[in-house]
Amino acid sequence: MTLAAPRRAVVLGGNRIPFARSDSAYKKASNQDMLTAALDGLVDRFELAGERLGDIVAGAVLKHSRDFNLTRECVLGSRLAPETPAYDIQQACGTGLEAAILVANKIAFGQIEVGVAGGVDTTSDAPLALNEDLRAILLDANRERSTQGRLKQLLRVRPQHLAPAIPRNEEPRTGLSMGEHQARTAAEWGISREAQDELAMRSHLNLAAAYERGFQDDLVTPYLGLERDQNLRPDSSMEKLAKLRPVFGGADGTMTPGNSTPLSDGAAVALLASEEWAKARGITPLASFIDAETAAVDYVDGREGLLMAPAYAVPRLLERNGLTLQDFDLYEIHEAFASQVLSTLAAWEDPVFCTQRLAREEPLGAIDRSKLNVNGSSLAAGHPFAATGGRIVTNLAKALHERGGGRGLISICAAGGQGVVAILEA
Amino acid sequence: MDKYTQLVNTSLGKRVAKQVGLPKPVPLKRHVPGAPVVDGKVLVGGAPGGRLATPIAQVLAAAGADVATPLRPDLRAAAAEAGLDASPWTPKASVDHRYAALVFDATGIAGSVQLEELHAFFHPTIRQVKTCGRAIVLGTPPESATKPGERVAQRALEGFTRATGKEIGRGATVQLIYVEPGAEDEIAGTLRFFLSPRSAFVSGQVVRIVGRKEAAGLASDFDWEQPLAGKVALVTGASRGIGAAIASTLARDGAHVVGLDVPALEEDLNAVAAGIGGSALALDITDPDAPRAIAAHLKKEHRGVDVVVHNAGITRDRTLGRMDADRWNAVISVNLSSIERITDALIAGGSRAVLNERGRIVCVSSISGIAGNAGQTNYATSKAGVIGIVNAYAPEVAKRGATINAVAPGFIETQMTAKVPLPIREAGRRMSSLSQGGLPIDVAEAIAWFASPATGGVNGNVVRVCGQSLLGA
Repeated sequence: MTLAAPRRAVVLGGNRIPFARSDSAYKKASNQDMLTAALDGLVDRFELAGERLGDIVAGAVLKHSRDFNLTRECVLGSRLAPETPAYDIQQACGTGLEAAILVANKIAFGQIEVGVAGGVDTTSDAPLALNEDLRAILLDANRERSTQGRLKQLLRVRPQHLAPAIPRNEEPRTGLSMGEHQARTAAEWGISREAQDELAMRSHLNLAAAYERGFQDDLVTPYLGLERDQNLRPDSSMEKLAKLRPVFGGADGTMTPGNSTPLSDGAAVALLASEEWAKARGITPLASFIDAETAAVDYVDGREGLLMAPAYAVPRLLERNGLTLQDFDLYEIHEAFASQVLSTLAAWEDPVFCTQRLAREEPLGAIDRSKLNVNGSSLAAGHPFAATGGRIVTNLAKALHERGGGRGLISICAAGGQGVVAILEA
Repeated sequence: MDKYTQLVNTSLGKRVAKQVGLPKPVPLKRHVPGAPVVDGKVLVGGAPGGRLATPIAQVLAAAGADVATPLRPDLRAAAAEAGLDASPWTPKASVDHRYAALVFDATGIAGSVQLEELHAFFHPTIRQVKTCGRAIVLGTPPESATKPGERVAQRALEGFTRATGKEIGRGATVQLIYVEPGAEDEIAGTLRFFLSPRSAFVSGQVVRIVGRKEAAGLASDFDWEQPLAGKVALVTGASRGIGAAIASTLARDGAHVVGLDVPALEEDLNAVAAGIGGSALALDITDPDAPRAIAAHLKKEHRGVDVVVHNAGITRDRTLGRMDADRWNAVISVNLSSIERITDALIAGGSRAVLNERGRIVCVSSISGIAGNAGQTNYATSKAGVIGIVNAYAPEVAKRGATINAVAPGFIETQMTAKVPLPIREAGRRMSSLSQGGLPIDVAEAIAWFASPATGGVNGNVVRVCGQSLLGA
């Protein structure tokens, strides 16, 4: 028996619901509601009702324990055939893109013909956990055999035990929030407030323009009264951004609510298939999923920045594909924070970083900024953690197709010092 | 550690000292064999147009230091070329960091207006220096400057480092290293010394590194832990105190040490020599035959000598009006004249001289010789004369690739200073930037630095080992 020779996986399109700001339009929507809505929109768009697809892969970063089979439950709630298998993955903000890698790989190896990759997150309907001490008491009570014994354990409960454990946006090993980590990296790389605000403004203006010219029409399905991303500020300006106070890095920090992504809710999915499957359906592929790489850095001792892993993943991906950083027509660098994008670009221009940490002969160099996030990115759209990958894959595939071909690079940083990157070609 | 330093480092002592404004000496970190040159992050900056970015980066890379540099293309390129994985740094980033050392290349400063580069670099970082940290400025010797404006600015550096040394506190030290154009490749030994805990009690000093026609160039496998491996070192006054510390330090660095002292102390001398695997030579250096005897011994037993440390010294204190001629003459003879005679004997004979090619002569002067000291007219005269010896012989020995330098100890905790009355002793300890006395090892480490093959560009220097004492500063 021989292995099937790898073949090309292509991106056919995708669907997402508009992203909402936390505790706003989607405050009552669960992860399951939103991901199901995104899936059903995709079903409508590609006439998939009743179809059995190869795999649905998705995940959520903030997940209720009852949602252990979230994606499969969404499939059952959608109009896809109930015989469609599904599984959950979780790689923080890299979830959506990693899901696309998994689906593309199965397609490439001929194990499936078509699959969906995506993700969902809600910071509104967040999973509150029992207070840790209360949980221990309840488990102790459960282990008792007699009613008396149980009562004895339960009498240990005190009022302070009613305070729930709230999911926290901090790295367990450093106790620092992602924003504080990035504030250090930004300071090290000397990323100015002005440069961050400018990137944020361009993100808003680019996304607004993309909506205006109808680019998002076949990518976004209205949901719960929202037609566009709630965070989008079409009238964003340097003056307005300059008024915001820093939220990370202390009083003279450079990172504000304007140049950092807000907590947000939403879901996004992308449809991938073999070329044969697409042809049989009469669907024109938008782009091919060429290759991907995931990297991780040791940020715990402070030697490297928490969100710098993409700076390592991209050179490895370029090396494997015989490409330079300049060999791309479009770049999609996820804007977790404007300073994350700018720190990454600065590192690629730095001789020390490139020779010592990447073991290259010379720097990767600068990119043409006019090719970066041309239809806006997370600063404008918002960033429901696991949903971002699906949004970016779909956006880039369509943008490459729209310009009549070309090559695009995706870079997404993630908590835990990880980074997921990929190449698409049309 | 003296009692006051112990007391002031207790939690109560710290509170009281702060309230009352007493000096706050911290226990100084000293070198431990095998320890890294510098423990912690080294921030390297420089004025644009400087010529030392690459040599500094090379020294730090070889020392395995953890380095950060500003994001200036020249500094980043120099670090990259040296194979130094330097973190990027901006003034904002310093808020979160603590630095083991700040190193600044000031050779690019060509006029007084550009001195603002010093402020721009040190202002946001000086309070981020760790306990027993280091601040080092490297400049161009004013006399080597090509234009008046540059000469002015480079001379100004001295005021900056000396004042910063008085401010920095917490056991940290500040130095100025003047590097002559052409001597860029000679900085390794000196930069390492001042970065390391070996220079614990040296602060506020100015050192000049000169270029040599035939720079020896260190072997690529130069062993920084055993810089004196295979070398022979003569140490006078080696039986006790600072002399014994010098002997054991040079032995630690790999040298075979010939310890010399007067026959009356032969027992102590033998013990020191035995303890370090060295040999003993008991004779009186004021004996008219001593220079010849020493030279003959070194030639016969060791085929010459590589390092000569003129440490032997005596005090015969009296105010001048009460000092008899014997006291005067004894001190001048031991502390000064015998050094001249022995040195002459060792360097005589051209290529057949007892002092080997690229030899090292190190004299022990004193803060008394610089500042003067009541009751020590004889001693101060002899120790100022030692500085004269360094000045006079430096050009002569340079012809043979050799060097002559001196250390000038300040208040060092020895049996001799233990006999000083308490109020004067306390004043001696506290009236310095480091607010404490030094240890014999501090003098020995400075001598070992001068003695190292890596210090060939350092000739004719007098470096005080005094914790930046206020005396004679």
